[in-house]
Amino acid sequence: MTDIDTPAVPDHAPRTPAAGGSLTRQTLAGVRMLLAFTILLGLAYPLAVTGAGQALFGWRADGSLVTADGAPTRDRAEAAGSALLGQPFDGPEWFHPRPSAAGDGYDGLASGGSNLGPESPELVASIEARRAEVASTEGVDPADVPPDAVTASGSGLDPHVSPAYAAIQVDRVAAARGLPADDVRALVADHTHGRTLRVLGDPRVDVLALNQALDQAPDQALDRAPASR
Amino acid sequence: MSPTTLTILAAGGQLILLLALLGAAHAPLGAYMARVYSSSHHTRLERGWYRVVRVDPDAQQHWRSYLMSVLGFSLASVLALYGLGRLQDHLPWDLGFTGLDPAGAWNTAVSFTTNTNWQWYSGEAAAGHLLQMAGLAVQNFVSAAVGMSVAIALVRGFARSGTDARIGNFWADLTRSVVRVLLPISVVAALVLVANGVIQNLDPHTAVTTMTGGAQHVPGGPVASQEAIKELGTNGGGFFNANSAHPFENPNPVTNLLEIFLILLIPTALPRTFGILVGDRRQGWAILGAMTGLLLVAIALTTWAELAGPGAAPQAAGAATEGKETRFGLAASALFAVATTGTSTGAVNAMHDSFTAPGGGVVLFDMLLGEVAPGGVGAGLYGMLILAILAVFVAGLMVGRTPEYLGKKIGRGEMTIVALSVLTTPAIVLVGTAVAVSVEPGLAGVQEPGPHGLTEVLYAFASAGNNNGSAFAGLTSGTPFYNTMLGLAMLAGRFVPIALVLALAGRLASQRSVPASAGTLPTHQPLFVGLVATVALVVVGLTFVPVLSLGPVAESLS
Repeated sequence: MTDIDTPAVPDHAPRTPAAGGSLTRQTLAGVRMLLAFTILLGLAYPLAVTGAGQALFGWRADGSLVTADGAPTRDRAEAAGSALLGQPFDGPEWFHPRPSAAGDGYDGLASGGSNLGPESPELVASIEARRAEVASTEGVDPADVPPDAVTASGSGLDPHVSPAYAAIQVDRVAAARGLPADDVRALVADHTHGRTLRVLGDPRVDVLALNQALDQAPDQALDRAPASR
Repeated sequence: MSPTTLTILAAGGQLILLLALLGAAHAPLGAYMARVYSSSHHTRLERGWYRVVRVDPDAQQHWRSYLMSVLGFSLASVLALYGLGRLQDHLPWDLGFTGLDPAGAWNTAVSFTTNTNWQWYSGEAAAGHLLQMAGLAVQNFVSAAVGMSVAIALVRGFARSGTDARIGNFWADLTRSVVRVLLPISVVAALVLVANGVIQNLDPHTAVTTMTGGAQHVPGGPVASQEAIKELGTNGGGFFNANSAHPFENPNPVTNLLEIFLILLIPTALPRTFGILVGDRRQGWAILGAMTGLLLVAIALTTWAELAGPGAAPQAAGAATEGKETRFGLAASALFAVATTGTSTGAVNAMHDSFTAPGGGVVLFDMLLGEVAPGGVGAGLYGMLILAILAVFVAGLMVGRTPEYLGKKIGRGEMTIVALSVLTTPAIVLVGTAVAVSVEPGLAGVQEPGPHGLTEVLYAFASAGNNNGSAFAGLTSGTPFYNTMLGLAMLAGRFVPIALVLALAGRLASQRSVPASAGTLPTHQPLFVGLVATVALVVVGLTFVPVLSLGPVAESLS
């Protein structure tokens, strides 16, 4: 392209691809700029945040890992999961999480939703099937099965269920563990979070923490030893 | 009160809280950015930086030179990112992942360079930590900074008078956008995110034994540092496939609000910067007014649609909870969706493909508007200024006077550029969609035939052409056909408008300002705000009504 410099602007040569110049020269300047930005933003910034994050909030930075009895740990070998990630539970003695579209369910390497549309016959069919299944598992009227129990979350790792879904599971879990239903209900209440500042988020029950607390409850007549893994 | 009433009140309270936070940040950040871009002072660190990189930060560039710098820098970025993607298995921290295939590496390189962050791959299953940090996170910063620089160059075009088309220095604008604006805010935001549970480590994805004796992989990675700039720079590329729905990217309702705040922070503060730089803050208010008006309407409609839950699946389930996280709920998912598509972000905290037909239609429309409500960092401001010029022109036609905006005459040359700019993205979106639904490899990716399938394809090209990056992810897009086509759409959708905007900036900067006369249309009053918003709606409406009728409208009515 033509030279578009005018004498009105002082030339700061020799290090000056800024004013004018061909695409080649600008690309070379771009390469140098990008290299410098890569060192600053691609290495220094994330590593500095890692250092600060590890120093200040180490347990959080490492993934909020917890042992089987719910104690925080930073050792992956003794962790039974992350307090922030849902994990699969089935069997009558556990509170069940939502359906998951992450891999075969709660796959930590395949996060995601079903992405089925609002008119998808496939989605409607799965919802109907899940409703029938949950109703029979919990012994409730199909109409009383709440929406989150029959739909998969966006991440497939949703750690929560609605208070309504937890409520219909109480009797089954209490029976399986030989615990009074009121004790189980009290545990559910302990692990229910309301809205932050009364406006943020929806009320929800933390399934992993609830199940861990259940395992810690005394005097239960469960066939298997608590927390056996 | 019934749970529904409480939900609606909470949704309103959340919106008020968000607007209050944005309002508090608006004036200080807008004024700060005005100083950043108009100061002639370089800090000592910046002087060292320019010396090392060997660029002259003081030379005023002609618009063509500025454009060449943008293109040269972006070309270097695409090449570097392509190389990093292809070769990641030969580099450290690859976590054992293979290099990306050529079409995939091309798509990702273009995607992150153009501030789109469309992702055909699943982060936790394809991208190692080095590619994420040194490749993707770097582009999260610099692609945002490119958008801000171009917007400021256009503002200088209005503010300057009778120069020889010189509109600033790209290298200085780029550097300052990064080191004075994006980086400091990102550091603070990243640490707040870590404190709330977003992970920040260099661990691999390792398996733990779950409570019931199964195995579950707990992912590792420098997520918080990337999450912060992903939202602040309106990028949107998730570290994980589930993006901001993933508990390690967005653990609780507070981080959710923080992420929405970060998405909207710079786009809503830039109109203030604009007002200050053109010497009339009321002009900034008018632009912000048009942006906010469109944004609030979209929020209201989407929130209504998701709470009401029309459609076969939401009706069968009892609510539109498919693809949404319990901790956020329906309203916060709708709010995030509108923020992410009203800007060029494309991050998601819920799966848009599973939104109700009207809700998904509104977020699609949000992108088709050209992402000006309030738009991506920089891109939203220059997009809205183009629409403002169009509005001035339309008003000028009505009263038969030569249109002026901010003291600049809008003549034939200016209008040619504006018209081309307004037509570019719709052409990319409609031609791309038409090609994809006409050929076998395009149809092969559609998950659900019928209106929803058309919406999936239209959404993909709308997202790519407008550099958004969110998806109706039921579309199988990780194929050579879609990777190539969407890559081209992203490239054209980014750089054709940038070239036109810089050309316009050059023309305006070389014009002498004319004083306002009795016949000049005031461009700071509510009437003008309404006019700009109407022009945006009419232009998009006329362009996209046919295809929208066949897609989301047909689906809503079925």
